[in-house]
Amino acid sequence: MSTSTAYAAHTGVAAARATGLNKVYGEGETRVVALDDVSVAFGQGEFTAIMGPSGSGKSTLMHCMAGLDAVSSGSATIGDTELVGLKDKQLTRLRRDKIGFIFQAFNLLPTLTALENITLPMDIAGRKVDRAWLDRVVETVGLSGRLSHRPAQLSGGQQQRVACARALASKPEIIFADEPTGNLDSRSGAEILSFLRNSVRELGQTVVMVTHDPVAASYADRVVFLADGRIVDELHHPTADSVLDRMRRFDAKGRTS
Amino acid sequence: MYRTALRNVLAHKGRLLMTALAVLLGTAFVAGTLVFSDTMGRAMRNSYSTSFSDVSVLVSATGGDGGGPVDSDAPRGDRAVLTADTVKELAALPGTERARGVVSGFTAVADKKGDLIGKAWSSRGANFVPDASGADPRYPMAEGRGPRAAGEVALNRQAADKAGYHVGDTVRVAGNGAARDAVLTGVFTTDDPQVTSGGTLALMDTATAQQELLEPGRFSSVVLTAKPGTSEAQLLDQARAKAPAEGVELQTGQELKDEQTRMVADSVSGMKTMLLVFAGISLFVGIFIIVNTFTMLIAQRIKELALLRAVGAGRGQVTLSVLVEALAIGVVASVGGLLAGVGIGAGLQSLVHSFDEGMPTGSLVVAPVTVVGTLVVGVLVTVLSALLPAVRASRIPPVAAMSSGEQPTTQRGLVIRNSIGAVLAGAGLGLILAGANGTGSNAQHLLEFGAPLALIGVFVLLPLLSRPVIALVGPALAGVFGTPGKLARLNAVRNPRRTASTAAALTIGLTLVTALTVIGNSVTSAVTSMVGDTMKADYAVNMANGRQLSTDLTGLVAKADGVKAVSQVDNVWWDIEGVGKDRAIEGYDAAAFDQLIDLTMRSGSTAALGQDQVLVNQDFATKHQLSVGSTLRATAAEGAPVTLTVGGVFEATEGVSPIVAPNRLIEANDPHPLVQQILVKGVDGPTSALKQSIKDATGRNPVMEVRTMQDMVDDFSRIISTMLNLMYGLLGMAVVVAVLGVINTLAMSVFERKREIGMLRAIGLERRGIKRMIRLESVVISLFGAVIGVLLGCFLAWSALRILASELKGLTTVIPYGSVLLFLGLAALVGMVAALWPARRAARMDILSSIKTD
Repeated sequence: MSTSTAYAAHTGVAAARATGLNKVYGEGETRVVALDDVSVAFGQGEFTAIMGPSGSGKSTLMHCMAGLDAVSSGSATIGDTELVGLKDKQLTRLRRDKIGFIFQAFNLLPTLTALENITLPMDIAGRKVDRAWLDRVVETVGLSGRLSHRPAQLSGGQQQRVACARALASKPEIIFADEPTGNLDSRSGAEILSFLRNSVRELGQTVVMVTHDPVAASYADRVVFLADGRIVDELHHPTADSVLDRMRRFDAKGRTS
Repeated sequence: MYRTALRNVLAHKGRLLMTALAVLLGTAFVAGTLVFSDTMGRAMRNSYSTSFSDVSVLVSATGGDGGGPVDSDAPRGDRAVLTADTVKELAALPGTERARGVVSGFTAVADKKGDLIGKAWSSRGANFVPDASGADPRYPMAEGRGPRAAGEVALNRQAADKAGYHVGDTVRVAGNGAARDAVLTGVFTTDDPQVTSGGTLALMDTATAQQELLEPGRFSSVVLTAKPGTSEAQLLDQARAKAPAEGVELQTGQELKDEQTRMVADSVSGMKTMLLVFAGISLFVGIFIIVNTFTMLIAQRIKELALLRAVGAGRGQVTLSVLVEALAIGVVASVGGLLAGVGIGAGLQSLVHSFDEGMPTGSLVVAPVTVVGTLVVGVLVTVLSALLPAVRASRIPPVAAMSSGEQPTTQRGLVIRNSIGAVLAGAGLGLILAGANGTGSNAQHLLEFGAPLALIGVFVLLPLLSRPVIALVGPALAGVFGTPGKLARLNAVRNPRRTASTAAALTIGLTLVTALTVIGNSVTSAVTSMVGDTMKADYAVNMANGRQLSTDLTGLVAKADGVKAVSQVDNVWWDIEGVGKDRAIEGYDAAAFDQLIDLTMRSGSTAALGQDQVLVNQDFATKHQLSVGSTLRATAAEGAPVTLTVGGVFEATEGVSPIVAPNRLIEANDPHPLVQQILVKGVDGPTSALKQSIKDATGRNPVMEVRTMQDMVDDFSRIISTMLNLMYGLLGMAVVVAVLGVINTLAMSVFERKREIGMLRAIGLERRGIKRMIRLESVVISLFGAVIGVLLGCFLAWSALRILASELKGLTTVIPYGSVLLFLGLAALVGMVAALWPARRAARMDILSSIKTD
């Protein structure tokens, strides 16, 4: 598995890479270009935020790179694996073994306990759970003592922490988080974001997060800005202010154009 | 408001499809039953009334063969009240146009192989009454001529064709006496309904018919046709004055027609009631589906309904809008059901006709009551089933419109429901147990009252039962099928009410099917062991029509080749002191007894029969304090006193009467015992050569049945299995509805859980895994319903058998494990099939659109 790459931060090796990615919906007059020749790489052990106004294609980019959506042309890789051309079954296997997901709406199974939700990807794969690693993940997200609770008995922040733990527990090569704080109050959101940052710094995880919240983006090591399906800018070591500042320029540009 | 409701119906037509189908099937069953029975009733009435067209007054001998188209099996009367003189006197009445003396009775006709044509109960003979031209208007000859002398016979067209006889052939015919050969002089057609419905009618000249079927000079009835201007009532009065005062019955043609109409109505209404019961079961099963559908639809539309409330709709309006939806579905489905039902009625008629060409046919009768009844039943069932969900919908608070997308899983407490269920089930089971330990009609009432109570109680308790029962298979599911198996089990118990009402549909069907199967199987095996345990004889000879055997037959059989031992079985009902008259004494030939009957003796020996002593069974001996050497005083039929000395006591068995006597003793005191069976032991066991030699020795009489014990058991179990198959067929409809219910629940569950399914796909569950998860959930729910049904069915059958056992010794509950396993297997298959479409849909769901937050 990919444990050897877990601590390979800042070595410049890409955990996921898109090259000349195009995504087009519809045909003729209803043709919409969601991604227009996007090339981007997400480094191992790096926390990247993808930002952009609504309709900029940020979610589409994430879906294409996570093997949830098919690309029209170009290439998307996870580690050494080319996603384009893979069959549904192979894509499913890839997502199961190499990718972790955190969704805006938590998306936990209400019938399973917190612990069962966390180990679900490994149970599906029929893989043995690494007990020590699981304990560490659970401790990091602060869920000890609530593992036998069902999602309905947990607060939104706790549910999202279960979702984070689920994403981490199988030691994926990369975690994609789609607006992970979108349904949370600011305090719970801050906890989740700190936790994601810690998982990158302390556990060497690679995280790519789509967000429209500048404060959320400021937790990342790097922010990639998308507009009209193109990558238009990026910031390293962002702060909430610098991100907001950059976003305002989109708005201004959007209004003038 | 109501436009919203109708829009909702259209918007959800896919999801309402199963509900509409369920209602449609149920109502189609109802409409089909009504159309079919009305049509059959009219066709039968039409066909029967033609047979009375020339009857103004019928004078029939009571206690003899009435000559009417229905009864033909009544025993021979003692008094010959209708003679040629009577016919002459009646013909001389001023109002009589024609008088016809009718001779009628059982007559068997053999086919070319010597076997009976048709069935014994519909084999009849009658007299041919030629007029001046030599023809009989009642039986117009299609070929040849009518019989004029002894040794001549005419046959109805269907019977002749069935056996392949042509005019001039020699036909073997048997009335009450020995079989004889006759020349077929003619083939005729008749509209006599008993003949057209597959019966055999052999015509003889009057003298021969009297000789063979009654007694010389005697008639079974006289048919009078009134002169023009004389009413039936007038002729009746005239005839009453002339007819013998006793032993006859006079009826006008109208009375006969009315009686016939009533009998047709009775027989049709019996069939109709039975079919309607099964239609009712299908509709009842449909109720669960409707309730489920509306409950789920409302759960899915909480926000929408709350919005209606928020913008000012009252509670009543919300309830009404749901009911209007139900009404729309009910109307559409019932109309569809009505049309389908008319089709079913037509189909059933031609099906019945194709099985039995003699069944009368006629144009379809769609009575107004059928139309109204079907529509009312369909609409009422739909609307009433939706009532509870509709009222619940009105309780949705307006604020629910503002809540987040996550639907709160409101699990209303099951405490009240469980308490009610426990009380009902407890009371029902209590009554059944009380009944099972009692006897007679009292016990039967307890069972009849307790069974539905227990059923309803168990249905109410199904949600409670679902968790523990399904938990039993949990480890196996997770072990064999991994995560999909585990998720399937959890999903199955996730909403106990929904699971319960889905499974209930199958539970009903399986309860009935299992109960009937267990009862049938138990009775069959009781009969088998009864015959097998005591009977050592190879063949039993009896009359196919259940009549008495002529006593000289025993001697003829004894002389047949290959026969080792023979005994006729005498039956007499003597008045025994302290016992009464209703105990049959069974007589056997003392010398042959040990070779034919196997009794386990408790004391004494069967050799006592040789000394004109009797044997009694243990139960009888205990009851009347008898032992070897005791005596019983009895009065024989002719008033002669007889002393019976007990020579042995045997273990009770249902195959042999409690009192066994030697034939010599019986016949010495009663010259006319009832003989219905002759038992035969062959030198080489039951060989076909022995069977043939017995047949030859007895004059190749087509009425004579020569059967092995196994044949008798087989004949019996064939009756049972035919009945069971009929029940299975009728319950099949309920099972189809149940399958629709499972499909419905799964499809809606898949829709509700689409985000979960999308997430599972995203984090790596393959399409195959999703399919497997849905299929297993379906199988688990189906099996849950089936297991409860099988258990309930076995229990009900056990209690019913306990009650029956008081009348049939040796009847114990024998569970056919093979059949039960087959039922469970079929239930699992039903689950698999029902899940095909929902599982496919779930597996094909687009991941992105399913996990999208709204």
